[in-house]
Amino acid sequence: MTVQPAMPKCWRPETKPHKFCPGCGHGLVLKALGEAIDELGIQDRVVFGCDIGCSLLAWDFFNVDSIQTHHGRTTPVMTGVKRANPDLICIAYMGDGGGYAIGSQHLVNAAARNEKITVILALNTVYAMTGGQMAPTTMPDQKAETAPYGRNVEETGYPTQGPEMVAAITREGAYVARGTTANLKQLKSYIKKALQNQMEGRGFSFVEALSACPTNWRTNAEKTWNFVQKEMPKYFKVGEKKVPGAEEKEGQ
Amino acid sequence: MSEKLITEEKRVFMTGNEVVAWAAVAAGAEIMYGYPITPQNEIMHYWTRLAPKYNRKFLQTEDELSAGFTTVGGVMAGRKAFTATAGPGNTLMQEPMSMAEAMRLPTVTIVQQRGGPSTATVIYSQQEVTMTTFGGNGEGLRIVYSTANHQELFDYTIKAFNVAWKYRFPTFVLGDGYQAKMRESLTVYDPEQKGIEFVPAEPYVGKPGTPGVDREPGHYRNTYNVEEELYEVLQGYFKDYAKMAEEVAEYQAFDTEDADVVVLSHGVVSRGAKEAVEQLRKEGKKVGYFRPITLRPLPEKELKELAGKAKKFLIVESAQGQFAKLIKDVIYGASVEIVPFFKPGVGITTDEIVGKVNEIL
Repeated sequence: MTVQPAMPKCWRPETKPHKFCPGCGHGLVLKALGEAIDELGIQDRVVFGCDIGCSLLAWDFFNVDSIQTHHGRTTPVMTGVKRANPDLICIAYMGDGGGYAIGSQHLVNAAARNEKITVILALNTVYAMTGGQMAPTTMPDQKAETAPYGRNVEETGYPTQGPEMVAAITREGAYVARGTTANLKQLKSYIKKALQNQMEGRGFSFVEALSACPTNWRTNAEKTWNFVQKEMPKYFKVGEKKVPGAEEKEGQ
Repeated sequence: MSEKLITEEKRVFMTGNEVVAWAAVAAGAEIMYGYPITPQNEIMHYWTRLAPKYNRKFLQTEDELSAGFTTVGGVMAGRKAFTATAGPGNTLMQEPMSMAEAMRLPTVTIVQQRGGPSTATVIYSQQEVTMTTFGGNGEGLRIVYSTANHQELFDYTIKAFNVAWKYRFPTFVLGDGYQAKMRESLTVYDPEQKGIEFVPAEPYVGKPGTPGVDREPGHYRNTYNVEEELYEVLQGYFKDYAKMAEEVAEYQAFDTEDADVVVLSHGVVSRGAKEAVEQLRKEGKKVGYFRPITLRPLPEKELKELAGKAKKFLIVESAQGQFAKLIKDVIYGASVEIVPFFKPGVGITTDEIVGKVNEIL
């Protein structure tokens, strides 16, 4: 008899196994999110928005109301829902291309306006759905379909530091963190705090999750895990970047 | 604080943008999402002054993409939501409105046309007809009212919310810079006192109960895995659209029965056309007037019928044939001769139309 690990209660069993590739990080991020939703008991109030790119495969992932939007536009759609009905808990789920390239103006302005929504962004350093092109977050010298000789930082700049940027432009009340699928317990605690921040109406909340794309990285399990656990954090530092009330404490 | 902005019918003297804001309040619009662009700005200005007094909301977004997508979010939350735009803003608005078409979302968008292409002028045109009727990567699954005066701006803005929520197609009120900025008399009223019933808004997300426990979750998407799946969904939409078209298409016409020349126009240009036809008729000339109020869907039956009777259609518009293209598509195969009178981005006077008709009679 095989024992299956328990699925989060808010997952939709009818749509499992999920649509992501083997080894993909999305399943792990969505597991952390599912457990956070369960523990907070907000399944009846959550609206889950997903972007274009691999994140759209999550449109029927949960037993929660879900909206699949356009590339980069999940942030404004969730903003619109939240502004119209503030009782709902709005989660905008996207990849790094959606958040940091095509939808960056929406992310920046939603953060600046301190929208009471939660953005969860899976970072895998490539445009995965479209076949592995260079993303804003592709690591220096990392190979991608549109950077076949490796990302040349002289020509294309350095990877976007999303949480650092969001932390810099938000004011008191925002929650910003970077977690990783290599530490699910921590990632879940960040997502939970982000959702709590929204529930308490404090302000914008943002969690980036370091995630894997073995399909486009063309890596085996060992190399995939090594990249997520060892390589990515060299550039993308894991931890909380902004916590409501922290600045006041520092002054004491 | 009064519960209603308009408690009794009265005459007022307003700009078109103010009329739209009043109409939206009267129609029960709950939230506006907007981004500044001339000549629609004052819709937001008046709305933001009225909104807090009548428990309505406003969000100024970072661009028109966001204004459109937040409007999409607003309607999905079950609120009567709207936005307003023009010109290059309308170009950006096509992306969210294409999502509204794909997911049958009852957004309301007011467009005050300005010159094009590109930034062009902030003044006036009828050059946003193609984009407003068939913009986006889709099939024009939308409703577009082209208004001619301030009374219509009021009437059709109210109607737009009802039609959008009844049929669940994104709905547009197509005005222009002249209508936006001009001051004119009209009668405002409380729609309910007039017997206009409000079609209630309904939430797509956030309905009572826990999804998967008490009810099915609302899973809304605009992406499909296979060709056949999309094809089937679209066939259903086309069927609904055709049924809706019969009930929604509107037009005005007079003196067309024995007319040799029928002047076709829409929007503010039809005011000049109407006067021209009336004047020419007084001179005993066989001239008729036809003006679609809905550009999507068009009154196809009436147009086809007319095209089989009249000798010539004089199509008058402040664009290089955008309206004419819509008409020609409907009447394809008819014997009527089409005479164009196009002044892209420029207003057209009664005298000019009279002159043109006399030339071709």
